[in-house]
Amino acid sequence: MQASDRFNINSQLEHLQAKYVGTGHADLNRYEWAVNIQRDSYASYVGHYPILAYFALAENESIGRERYNFMQKMLLPCGPPPEREDD
Amino acid sequence: MYLYSLTLQRATGIVCAINGNFSGGKAQEIVVARGKVLDLIRPDENGKIQTLLSVEIFGVIRSLAQFRLTGSQKDYIVVGSDSGRIVILEYNKEKNVFDKVHQETFGKSGCRRIVPGQYLAIDPKGRAVMAHKSHTIVYSICGVDCGFDNPIFAAIELDYSEADQDSTGQAANEAQKHLTFYELDLGLNHVSRKWSDQVDNGANLLVTVPGGGDGPSGVLVCAENFVIYKNQDKPDLRAVIPRRADLPAERGVLIVSAAMHKQKSMFFFLLQTEYGDIFKVTLDHDNDKVSELKIKYFDTIPVTTSMCVLKSGFLFAASEFGNHSLYQFRAIGEDPDVESSSATLMETEEGFQPLFFQPRRLKNLVRIDQVESLMPIMDMKVNNLFEEETPQIFTLCGRGPRSSLRILRPGLAISEMAVSELPGVPSAVWTVKKNVSDEFDAYIVVSFANATLVLSIGETVEEVSDSGFLDTTPSLAVSLIGDDSLMQVHPNGIRHIREDGRINEWRTPGKRTIVKVGSNRLQVVIALSGGELIYFEVDMTGQLMEVEKQEMSGDVACLDIAPVPEGRQRSRFLAVGSYDNTIRILSLDPDDCMQILSVQSVSSIPESLLFLEVQASIGGEDGADHPASLFLNAGLRTGILFRTVVDMVTGQLSDSRSRFLGLRAPKLFSISVRGKHAMLCLSSRPWLGYIHQGHFLLTPLSYETLEYAASFSSDQCAEGVVAVAGNALRVFTIERLGETFNETVVPLRYTPRKFVVQLKRKLLVIIESDQGAFTAEEREAAKKECFEAAGIGENGNGNVDQMENGGDNEDDPLSDEHYGYPKAESDKWVSCIRVLDPKTATTTCLLELQDNEAAFSICTVNFHDKEYGTLLAVGTAKGLQFWPKRSVTAGYIHIYRFLDDGKSLELLHKTQVDGVPLALCQFQGRLLAGIGPVLRLYDLGKKRLLRKCENKLFPNSIISIQTYRDRIYVGDIQESFHYCKYRRDENQLYIFADDCVPRWLTASYHIDFDTMAGADKFGNVYFVRLPQDVSDEIEEDPTGGRIKWEQGKLNGAPNKVEEIVQFHVGDVVSCVQKASLIPGGGECIIYGTVMGSLGALLAFTSRDDVDFFSHLEMYMRQEHPPLCGRDHMAYRSAYFPVKDVIDGDLCEQFPTLPMDLQRKIADELDRTPGEILKKLEEIRNKII
Repeated sequence: MQASDRFNINSQLEHLQAKYVGTGHADLNRYEWAVNIQRDSYASYVGHYPILAYFALAENESIGRERYNFMQKMLLPCGPPPEREDD
Repeated sequence: MYLYSLTLQRATGIVCAINGNFSGGKAQEIVVARGKVLDLIRPDENGKIQTLLSVEIFGVIRSLAQFRLTGSQKDYIVVGSDSGRIVILEYNKEKNVFDKVHQETFGKSGCRRIVPGQYLAIDPKGRAVMAHKSHTIVYSICGVDCGFDNPIFAAIELDYSEADQDSTGQAANEAQKHLTFYELDLGLNHVSRKWSDQVDNGANLLVTVPGGGDGPSGVLVCAENFVIYKNQDKPDLRAVIPRRADLPAERGVLIVSAAMHKQKSMFFFLLQTEYGDIFKVTLDHDNDKVSELKIKYFDTIPVTTSMCVLKSGFLFAASEFGNHSLYQFRAIGEDPDVESSSATLMETEEGFQPLFFQPRRLKNLVRIDQVESLMPIMDMKVNNLFEEETPQIFTLCGRGPRSSLRILRPGLAISEMAVSELPGVPSAVWTVKKNVSDEFDAYIVVSFANATLVLSIGETVEEVSDSGFLDTTPSLAVSLIGDDSLMQVHPNGIRHIREDGRINEWRTPGKRTIVKVGSNRLQVVIALSGGELIYFEVDMTGQLMEVEKQEMSGDVACLDIAPVPEGRQRSRFLAVGSYDNTIRILSLDPDDCMQILSVQSVSSIPESLLFLEVQASIGGEDGADHPASLFLNAGLRTGILFRTVVDMVTGQLSDSRSRFLGLRAPKLFSISVRGKHAMLCLSSRPWLGYIHQGHFLLTPLSYETLEYAASFSSDQCAEGVVAVAGNALRVFTIERLGETFNETVVPLRYTPRKFVVQLKRKLLVIIESDQGAFTAEEREAAKKECFEAAGIGENGNGNVDQMENGGDNEDDPLSDEHYGYPKAESDKWVSCIRVLDPKTATTTCLLELQDNEAAFSICTVNFHDKEYGTLLAVGTAKGLQFWPKRSVTAGYIHIYRFLDDGKSLELLHKTQVDGVPLALCQFQGRLLAGIGPVLRLYDLGKKRLLRKCENKLFPNSIISIQTYRDRIYVGDIQESFHYCKYRRDENQLYIFADDCVPRWLTASYHIDFDTMAGADKFGNVYFVRLPQDVSDEIEEDPTGGRIKWEQGKLNGAPNKVEEIVQFHVGDVVSCVQKASLIPGGGECIIYGTVMGSLGALLAFTSRDDVDFFSHLEMYMRQEHPPLCGRDHMAYRSAYFPVKDVIDGDLCEQFPTLPMDLQRKIADELDRTPGEILKKLEEIRNKII
């Protein structure tokens, strides 16, 4: 890689995309975007204890159960992905 | 508008807790994280939990871990927070602070999915790591104990990358959790993935198994319904977790918290399920070969977030909701009980064979202390229902069977030790020691109008006559003088009782009498009627010698001598208060004796004076390492306490501050609190001025009016107070120092949702609802069945009305408060409406709703035809379900009539509506209801409510309605406020303004005509205001802005409100109210949060104060960044940039700074540190 490439906007983006999950790109489809948002939301709920407690109150579950449920939902937050059109 | 934010009650819920020896001694200590506060607590020798240190860290604490370096005696704390940094803290015992040992930055700030910080694991021999990998969900991590080999960490991981690609959903179905071991090669300083194995897909928690010489090593994997022992290259051992017999079949059993206890010879684990049952897990092993895994039922306690097993035989249980408890181990579950084992695991066609058990009373644990927790505060109202001096805060707290109404009053709780009747009405009381080196007091001396009573303190307190005190006259002062003699001052003279029994009597000249006395251990000053002062000193031989006389201009109102400074012969200052509204400081030094050093004029006659040394800074466990300043305190006739600093050298008075204490002139007494000087002020209620963690606090005591008081120290009570009030002598101690509120608890039945106050009748109406629970009758029947099956017979509490009187009812074999309600299907609801008299804590009426109906909203309403007077409207939902999709069978609005002077309710009628009525409000003699996205106006009919008008244009779901004149302020669950207007002539409801920010509203309050205060789900408090010109335009427009309304803007209303205040509290605010907590004080915004904290926002009244505090805040940010590495400004702006709010919690950390830093900041602000402390104190006193 040439020195100039390193500062090229595309290579910077690629670097970001490789390093940080969820960094968007031009061809991002609706599903991928939604999945990322959902996973980020669940991660945020799990990270903010008061919000977790708020959910636990609403659903009358223990906080531990609520955390587990959110983690489980992170696997497939928006259902299975749509079929690829180009394949 | 600028606001000053101050936390009144720090969060009381606990996120996680760890235990260890943080101070390095033998004492077992616990560090608890309460969201944004880090506390160090310790059970004392009596088993009472004491808070040693509490620090606000301005960040989100997500995880805690402790580690110990090999060979060291002290544990360190590792904190994982939202700062993107890992911080190692050490507790500094001398200064009573957490010192930051190390801080390592590894990522962005915030609670992000891709930045570590959620989990922390410690190598048992002392190294920390955090696991994190792309496209992987980590459920839990822990260190693996492998002795002194390379540290290994285990993680439960789930790879989701394939599931994202596979549109058939097959990959997702086949997604498998793995247990992965990571090894840190200490030589290469490199982490490698060592081993990975499939693990049960329900796995959620890992627990380290001791290794090295202590055990077999490996990990326990807690999964739904199972506990599995796993280790590299070893066979798995699996055992089922026993289930409660009454648990619905579709529900799993999940372990939510775990603790390990290790002794030299054995170790065991305590695992708690989501229902509160604790199981003891043991491993049968031969060196590193594990042959059996056993799970035995241990006990049931309320569900915890963390459990800490202390080496001293205690179990600290940090409850997820409600009070935390400290238990003592009575046994460690050696007796036979329901036990499941890996050896007896039965696999059938339907899966593994379950094992059932029935919860029973505590057998192995006994509760010895509780720590109050308000978590979660569901609703709050500030009101002076009891007509006391200050308003009470009524909060609805807790969940399910542990819910309660808590009545908070500002002030310290006291515990009364003794009350005894005296033969007359006493006027004063003193306690004296016989010798200066004595630890305890010898006598209590009580003065009456014409006599003196002497009581000796021993095993019992009894009257004595051989003390040498003159008992036929009233006394003015009684004290220890010199090293070992006693002094009694009475109107006609001074009686000096020597240690050997000799008595010297000094008599007043002529017919003059002594009116006031001031004394310390070596000096006495008396004031005679007419205004003459006579000064005595104790000489070398212990004699009391007259030194000097001084004629004052008029009668003396009060006087006091400062205590003798350490290592000195005498105190230099005498303070004299006169009836001409002045206080004079006189010198007592031999060279300028009785010279006036300074004069201070005050607003009214001073009635009581007290010198008090205040060391307002930290150091030691709660003391000071800075030079103390001497304060002169004066109680003025108008009920004001006046405090001013006395210059130690010149006696000049400066830096005065005053505070209104009550309706009577405060009488001031010196007492000792935690071995430090403190001040008791007796006005129409008692106050205590003391030092707590570097702050001088002046706090009311929750006790009746007292006349006179003295400190009291005896065998049974090291630091108490003896006081007289009426004709009784009272001995009490002051509890839970440092707390702002004390509480009275009234238990409730289900999770309280909302309540209304009936101001006139002084009654509360509370609605309570719980999802997934059986009705009271079903629960009773199940209980009866269960007892019959167990053969205990019928001794359950048969009376349904008694159900919430739980608490410590020992006779109840299965109190719901302890064991929780049995779980029902999630579409089952129970709910009740309760009328409660808070004064007597009695429920006067309780209506259980039937058929899965649950109450969600409540209001009182006066319909314009006054047939019934005030009615109660309750919004309910039937069969509400959240999953898989939110659905409801029907919604109803019930209208109740109050009977028996408001004490009971009668249903008038019930109207079915097409959604859940989450908000109700009275409006112009009609009822406004928010039903989903519809705002509807109802009128009262004979059989049902009659629809009058509606607006369906709200975005999601209306959760709050407030009205003022013809404006209606509607809060939407996701989209903040909508301002509406009702036009009576056209019978039309329309939205004329809304907010452009999507706020997930959790609480709202109407501030003024154009302004609303709200709080959102993410922990922000904000104010919005309609711009003045828009507001005027709408009011002046004959169509009320209706023409414009038809146009709309940005998919909403034509006008937009502006955000004027924004602040990130860091906790979900569940209720907001505008109220004043002090008599005559200005109003501020009070809020309560899910984590059980209370805070206030006070509007600044002057621009100077805004400048001062914003600069102080700025310097505090620079010089004293938050402990866990979060940037303060970024934290307060976590979701939206902070606007016009100054963080008082940060400013109040000023006194905890080292002295040189304090001076530096003070210099920058052109003030002295003392002035800054005074400012901080002043603004706090405006709030509480």
